[in-house]
Amino acid sequence: MSVDDKTDQRPVGRGELTARELLRWVWRQVTSMRTALVLLLLLALAAIPGSVIPQTGVDALEVTRWKEEHPDLTPIYEKLDLFSVYDSIWFSAIYLLLVLSLVGCIVPRLFVYARALRAQPPRTPRHLTRLADHVSYETDLAPEEVLDRARAVLGKRHRLRAVDPADGPADSVSAERGYLREAGNLLFHLSVLVVLAGFGIGGLYGYQGGVILVQGSTFGNSLTQYDDFDPGGLFTPEQLDDFDFTVDSFEVDWLRSGSGAGTARGFEAGISYREGDRPQEEYDLRVNHPLSIDSTDVFLIGHGYAPVITVRDGEGNVAWTGPTVFLPQDSSFVSFGVIKAPTAEPEQIGLEGLFYPTFDLYEGDPVSVFPEALKPLVSMLVYTGDLGLDDGTSQSVYVLDKDKATQLEGEDGKPFRLDLSVGETVELPDGLGSVTFERVDPWIRVQISQTPGKEVALLGVVLALIGLCGSLFIRPRRIWVRARTVTRDGAAGGGGGTMTVVDVAGLDRSGNGELDEVLADLVAALKKE
Amino acid sequence: MSDGAWETLSNQAVAAAGLVYFVALIVHLAEWAALRQPAANEVKQAVAVGGESETPAVSEAPAGRRTPEERVAFLNRLGFLTICIAAAAHLVALVGRGMAADPNRVPWGNMYEFTVSGTFVVTVGYLALYRRFRLDWMAPIVVGFVLTVLMVAVIWLHEPVQPLTEALNSYWLVIHVVSAVIATGAFTLGGFASIMYLVKMRAGEPEEGATGFLARVPGLEALDKLAYRVHAFAFPVWTFAVLITGPIWAHEAWSRYWNWDPKEVWAFITWVVYAGYLHARATAGWKGRNAAILALVGLATLWFNFIGINYFSTSSQHAYALQAPAVLLVVE
Ligand code: HEM
Repeated sequence: MSVDDKTDQRPVGRGELTARELLRWVWRQVTSMRTALVLLLLLALAAIPGSVIPQTGVDALEVTRWKEEHPDLTPIYEKLDLFSVYDSIWFSAIYLLLVLSLVGCIVPRLFVYARALRAQPPRTPRHLTRLADHVSYETDLAPEEVLDRARAVLGKRHRLRAVDPADGPADSVSAERGYLREAGNLLFHLSVLVVLAGFGIGGLYGYQGGVILVQGSTFGNSLTQYDDFDPGGLFTPEQLDDFDFTVDSFEVDWLRSGSGAGTARGFEAGISYREGDRPQEEYDLRVNHPLSIDSTDVFLIGHGYAPVITVRDGEGNVAWTGPTVFLPQDSSFVSFGVIKAPTAEPEQIGLEGLFYPTFDLYEGDPVSVFPEALKPLVSMLVYTGDLGLDDGTSQSVYVLDKDKATQLEGEDGKPFRLDLSVGETVELPDGLGSVTFERVDPWIRVQISQTPGKEVALLGVVLALIGLCGSLFIRPRRIWVRARTVTRDGAAGGGGGTMTVVDVAGLDRSGNGELDEVLADLVAALKKE
Repeated sequence: MSDGAWETLSNQAVAAAGLVYFVALIVHLAEWAALRQPAANEVKQAVAVGGESETPAVSEAPAGRRTPEERVAFLNRLGFLTICIAAAAHLVALVGRGMAADPNRVPWGNMYEFTVSGTFVVTVGYLALYRRFRLDWMAPIVVGFVLTVLMVAVIWLHEPVQPLTEALNSYWLVIHVVSAVIATGAFTLGGFASIMYLVKMRAGEPEEGATGFLARVPGLEALDKLAYRVHAFAFPVWTFAVLITGPIWAHEAWSRYWNWDPKEVWAFITWVVYAGYLHARATAGWKGRNAAILALVGLATLWFNFIGINYFSTSSQHAYALQAPAVLLVVE
């Protein structure tokens, strides 16, 4: 019955909906199957922009690049949240509506189902032969015998309607099976909520952090140690687990021949870690092989080279020494880096340039012919003067502030360039000092994260899958068998004696099954001697 | 056998499979043509009856020649057999691909291999369901599709054998991709049934006793049920692939179980559209035609995700979209 009918019957002003009725009408619309369907399609549609437009959560760098290339579109896109579609208000609105619709749909169905579970299979319809799927046959067995057999055969996998004197003489068996289909369906839909809950918990309470660690260095798990840190809205620093670890070694298994030459087959970082007060333990950190400490996971997600360079100033003192992280520019691992020696006297010294793992000249251009550090070389330009480090503002370690610095020039008036292989030292012009390339250390980038709720989400999908299979593969159906006595030859009271006519009929409640075979099997079982 | 020999074998087997699929297509098209012949025979008979009496009711073929019915049945069986042979060659191509890699691995490191695997599943799915659902009418569509996609794979997607990058070297990958490939093949088969549903709906039910292709295609209701059955099989497998094993693998390899990466987004879209299809079949006003259209939308998103998305988006971490080694670096 639709709401409009009701309103029409009301004696007061026709066409007027009271607030309550309006609410009920809205609720009914929201929880209708059609709305669910439309919302599902809307959700699919709404997910598309996020796959074409770069997303902050996926690739922040790409977003910056995109914004630079499209200055006109950027403000519009920003207004529409198109750089973080999946956190946007409109995307959330769709799935929250879907959740609302889901709850509104499921809860009443739970009650209906609870009642259906207790209910008996329905009475046998009067005219079985009018059902779409039915079979009749004749037999010499007495009706009671046929029905007993039917009860025995069907009783194994069906629920039978109890014989009720109120139904009149028991001339039939009514059986039903497949109650679990609806249970599966309900389980599936409820599990969707569980998945969403797990997903939400992760988003709110979890965090992702990244840090680059040169071989030999130690990481202690506190906020200040992270290079970047992306917490959920409800994250608190107390959640950080108490542990530290040291990168003892890092190996890459490079492919040296074949069409895949130059790609890595494996990476392995040997680390030793300590959790709280426990003794130190060793672990091989690899891709697909994260380390779990308490509720924190540590993943190996990248690697590169850190040339160890020593800068001596004009007075012969070491102004800087140590590994410096260079960032790979592409898959050849040609890497860019910056070295700052602010304490150098008489003037600060800054270096900026590239690292080539396996240096070579290709048609006069410097290239790296292999990503492994087989013939490493650093090639850098030199700056002196004010590196902008003294005014207290923080500076990225990967950027050299050249605004107030001057670039060193060689005797020929061209920019002075250092080209250093391992072990080499070059004197800087004008007695500024010297630079030594000591060796190369590898670095690794690890991602450290807590994802609370991931087990909840996993449990949710597994339950959903179980429910789904139940819902899709269980075939609920009703089967009826009626046996009645008729006189042979059809002529009432004729001398031909009597026989039994058996009508078997079924109803597939999912509408997708094939009942012919089921009925044929049943008849065969009933006829069996 | 050396790795190189395996690779050559694989390439030759793909070519052989393509050739045999082509033969199968011809055979089935011939069967199709033969289907129309009884009508011609009947005309002749009618003339004969008019002239003389005593013409047998059943068309009698000249000695040593088959009756049209027999011809159709023969071509039908021959076609089935040919597809079986093609499938065997197809399988050899896959195995060869896996054996050619060092170390040996599952044959789905890149799009070429995924395509060859996916089409193989379509064929095997067809062969597996052939008897149960009397699918012979679908043969030209299946073979035509597999042949076309294989050609696309060989011409545009082919790449020499390479070892898997480490992110892909995981047994979760094996489970993930096996299930994704199976679901893809099954969705494709289900899509064929939905296409035929729409075609048949437009053409209308053929008249009683009509011959030709459409007459052999099952009725609308049967097509709808067939499509549903196949989709109902594929959907949980797809759920398993993209919502269970995919996230588990992503969690281990990239530290995030769900990252809204373009491949993930489209896998999700496909999932939602097919969920819509299953709903549509139970919703008045959406049953039948609209449901079939939704199934095809789902199929389009599925194949777009596999082939198309790589050309629209650069930020996918999925390895067959990414030829560079698995160095992922985002530093401020
Ligand atoms: C998060 C959103 C939803 C998803 C992903 C979803 C998914 C599905 C799937 C995959 C099925 C097929 C399984 C089956 O046939 O039993 C299904 C069936 C069903 N869904 Fe949903 N659903 C959602 C929301 C809803 C809502 C909001 C409603 C209520 C209006 C609803 C009502 C139903 C019903 C009644 C069926 C059974 C259809 C039948 O008898 O075949 N669903 N759903």
